[in-house]
Amino acid sequence: MPKDHGIGASTKRREDVRFLTGKGVYTDDMRVYGQTYAVFVRSQVAHGRIKSINTGNAAAMPGVLAVFTGEDFKDVGGNPAGWLIKSRNGEAMREPKRPVLAHSKVRHVGDAYAAVIAETYAQAKDAAQQLADDTEIEELPAIVDMAAALGNTSNRVHDEIPDNQCYDWGWIEDNRAAVDAAIKAAPHVTTLELVNNRLVPNAMEPRASIGEYFPGTGDYKLTTTSQNPHLTRLLVAAFVLGIPENKLTVVAPDVGGGFGSKIYHYGEEALVLAAAKKLCRPVRWTAERSESFLSDAHGRDHVTKIELASDLEGNFIAFRTETMANVGAYLSNFATVTPTFLHGTLMAGPYKVPHVYVNVKTVFTNTAPVDAYRGAGRPEATYSLERVVDKMCRELNLDPFEVRRKNFITTDMFPYTTPVALAYDTGNYHATLDKVMEMADVAGFEKRRAESAKRGKLRGMGLSTWIEACGIAPSHLVGILGARVGLYDAATVRVNATGNISVMVGAHSHGQGHETVFPQIVASKLGVPESSVEIVHGDTSKIPFGMGSYGSRSLAVCGVAMDKALDKIVAKGKKIAAHMLEASEDDITFEDGRFSVAGTDKAKTFGEIAFSAYVPHNYPLETLEPGLEETAFYDPANFTYPAGAYICEAEVDAETGKVDILAFYCADDFGNIMNPMIVEGQVHGGVGQGIGQALVENTYYDSNGQLLTGSYMDYAMPRATDVPFYTVDYSCQTPCTHNPLGVKGCGEAGAIGSPPAVVNAVIDALQRGGHTHVTHIDMPVSPSRVWSAING
Amino acid sequence: MTKVAMTVNGKAVSGEVEGRTLLSAFLREGQGLTGTHVGCDTSQCGACVVHVDGKAVKSCTVFAADVAGSSVKTIEGMANADGSLGVIQQAFQDHHGLQCGFCTPGMVMSSAALLAENPKPSEQEIREYLEGNICRCTGYHNIVKAVLAASGQDANAIAAE
Repeated sequence: MPKDHGIGASTKRREDVRFLTGKGVYTDDMRVYGQTYAVFVRSQVAHGRIKSINTGNAAAMPGVLAVFTGEDFKDVGGNPAGWLIKSRNGEAMREPKRPVLAHSKVRHVGDAYAAVIAETYAQAKDAAQQLADDTEIEELPAIVDMAAALGNTSNRVHDEIPDNQCYDWGWIEDNRAAVDAAIKAAPHVTTLELVNNRLVPNAMEPRASIGEYFPGTGDYKLTTTSQNPHLTRLLVAAFVLGIPENKLTVVAPDVGGGFGSKIYHYGEEALVLAAAKKLCRPVRWTAERSESFLSDAHGRDHVTKIELASDLEGNFIAFRTETMANVGAYLSNFATVTPTFLHGTLMAGPYKVPHVYVNVKTVFTNTAPVDAYRGAGRPEATYSLERVVDKMCRELNLDPFEVRRKNFITTDMFPYTTPVALAYDTGNYHATLDKVMEMADVAGFEKRRAESAKRGKLRGMGLSTWIEACGIAPSHLVGILGARVGLYDAATVRVNATGNISVMVGAHSHGQGHETVFPQIVASKLGVPESSVEIVHGDTSKIPFGMGSYGSRSLAVCGVAMDKALDKIVAKGKKIAAHMLEASEDDITFEDGRFSVAGTDKAKTFGEIAFSAYVPHNYPLETLEPGLEETAFYDPANFTYPAGAYICEAEVDAETGKVDILAFYCADDFGNIMNPMIVEGQVHGGVGQGIGQALVENTYYDSNGQLLTGSYMDYAMPRATDVPFYTVDYSCQTPCTHNPLGVKGCGEAGAIGSPPAVVNAVIDALQRGGHTHVTHIDMPVSPSRVWSAING
Repeated sequence: MTKVAMTVNGKAVSGEVEGRTLLSAFLREGQGLTGTHVGCDTSQCGACVVHVDGKAVKSCTVFAADVAGSSVKTIEGMANADGSLGVIQQAFQDHHGLQCGFCTPGMVMSSAALLAENPKPSEQEIREYLEGNICRCTGYHNIVKAVLAASGQDANAIAAE
């Protein structure tokens, strides 16, 4: 019987009711008394020197209240990168200042260099156009291509960075010689050059911010579309505007998806706060979709050469990669860690390969900043690995299932430290592979292929196995690696006098269902109804602290913090119960919401204990404070390591190059599952995005740095017709060994595991169909690319 | 400025609008009906779908003045009279057909228009009808299931085929 309550139940989402009735409250839905409207003036050229901005005409237009340019912010701080990465030669990365508004130079199409505040949106928009007309920008040659940018000393995105390189990183540099030697000596080396296509995250809610200033107290409030309001508060207050943290409240209300793009602090947030202070009126801004395309942090954009050395039986000897990673015009907050510690450290995959070396050069270009997007570095690593393994199997005429099987880390090898320095705590990669093969009826494939062939279609099957590192931690380690923050999380459990419970959590829910799942855990732990528990999130004035939601960390880090706060509640409850029941604390047991004296029928309910904590008439006041509220901060001992195996079955029309995904199978190991319905939904969404990357999505800048895919007319989003029903399984469970919930995280899995499965299926279809010259097609495997590959 | 009057969710409403005022803005700014969302500038994403005289339209592409005298239905008008979720809304909750909720109003309105035209659509018909509604969270799986279920079909069995 499926559970109907608590941990493991598919509890329906309580937040759905407000979203389904139009009662969600997203940032743009809010109306603030006296509000004014900001419109940003954005560069129409990719690279240029600002010669003059004449603000006079715009400032005199009807309704205009203020005009800001880069000059107004040149003396405040820059928006920093969250990680300092060192180059192979020991030099620190180059970190150019990222200003609130561009000053002296514009560096990508969409780079905001001015803003107009007016009484109405239309007035602000008209004045912004006037300001654009009154600005003189000398256009410079655009730097778009990464290879051309590197080492180009005459044309620089940032004048002070002579070769457009942020860093040249090696992981692990001490491994390099051994890896080179192993590859040189290997019986077989498979080489693959590939592009991990640039994507625009495209959360359906465009970014929006409302700044308020309260002159009576000097307090500020920022309501914004953020995945992590505390981090935004830290960045905008301490780094950019110099506001004391305790004078700024950041609220992230209902947020319409993030996928990474709403982790970061953006200049628009600082602008609305500064403008609100200047005008002593609220200032609001909501991005148009075209602004989102131009100014949200993009994802991926790697060019990689990977080599796989093996013996002739397919036993892996070494992996070596060289990658150019685009960071765009400025360093977004996680831009430097994504291609390094979230990518290079995963380059051993689930395999017991003895030698791995990763080199990443990150490059400044005149394009929008590039940062973490669902999976963040781990999809890039998985794609490189699983594509090259597939190519190796073809070159050596080996079975791709067997090759994975013989190279997997086995269950008796855990804990297992990879050559790229991660310590996998647990897993069972054979189990998920076996499971997905059973789900996909691998044995019956040939029959299905013959049926497709009768209809003139080429059918292929693609396998990908994946592992990721979630819940990035621990803080002391990430500190050594260059992080400027700690990566713990926090929760406060407040039991009210009447027994209902408020839980203030640092994780932010923008689709993940925390408002439903976290109460399931509380209910199981305290023996109370889920409905008596309310989750409070997204408001720095209400929650203790939090590093937010990204990297599949909400449950594995914040959920565990909550669990630890619950432990403290139970421990205090036992003390209260011992007093009330006149027993020794050691004899009190807590089960199903009752504190009992072991071996007797004496007991108090959770509600009685809570009431006593707030009405302490019969209470050990001399040794125990009244009240029942506990906070815990949790800094994990290690990452968590979910893993799995995916199979895609696809059909190619060789006449048109069109690919149809017929079926997609996922066998994942997420450790313990809190709400199966939500886990399945997370996998569906990730796979949908991965299929989007593999089949349709791409971000094109032309040689002048103009974004050719700047709207949904040009940027292909996956639609309902592009994807099949997915078949999802999570029954292979090896619980995480270092957190008490045994959870690993499931948010990014689908986006990590699916792109190589799709491309492997397409190559398989073409190979089986006789087009044996096609060994690789870069994503998206669009009809034109497939057709060209067949006929090329 | 022009005065327009129309019926929204069964209630007579009116307001002063400019010629360029879009129906989405009239509903959101003028009527406070912020359940209708604006997700793009190009009539592609479908978050703003409402019904005008029974037909699904993208309210970011329609001038408010053009629908004067019409009957408009938004997501706020989709619940049952007693406030409980309507059949389609309930199916979306039952089948986890939403995550962040931003595209959801448009998805529900488009699904309602589909089921009015075609009470028992096939999986393929649902996918084709919803092509004008983009969702970034769900991979569409549970949305399609929700519409199948709302039409009285065995969504789990069809999805497992």
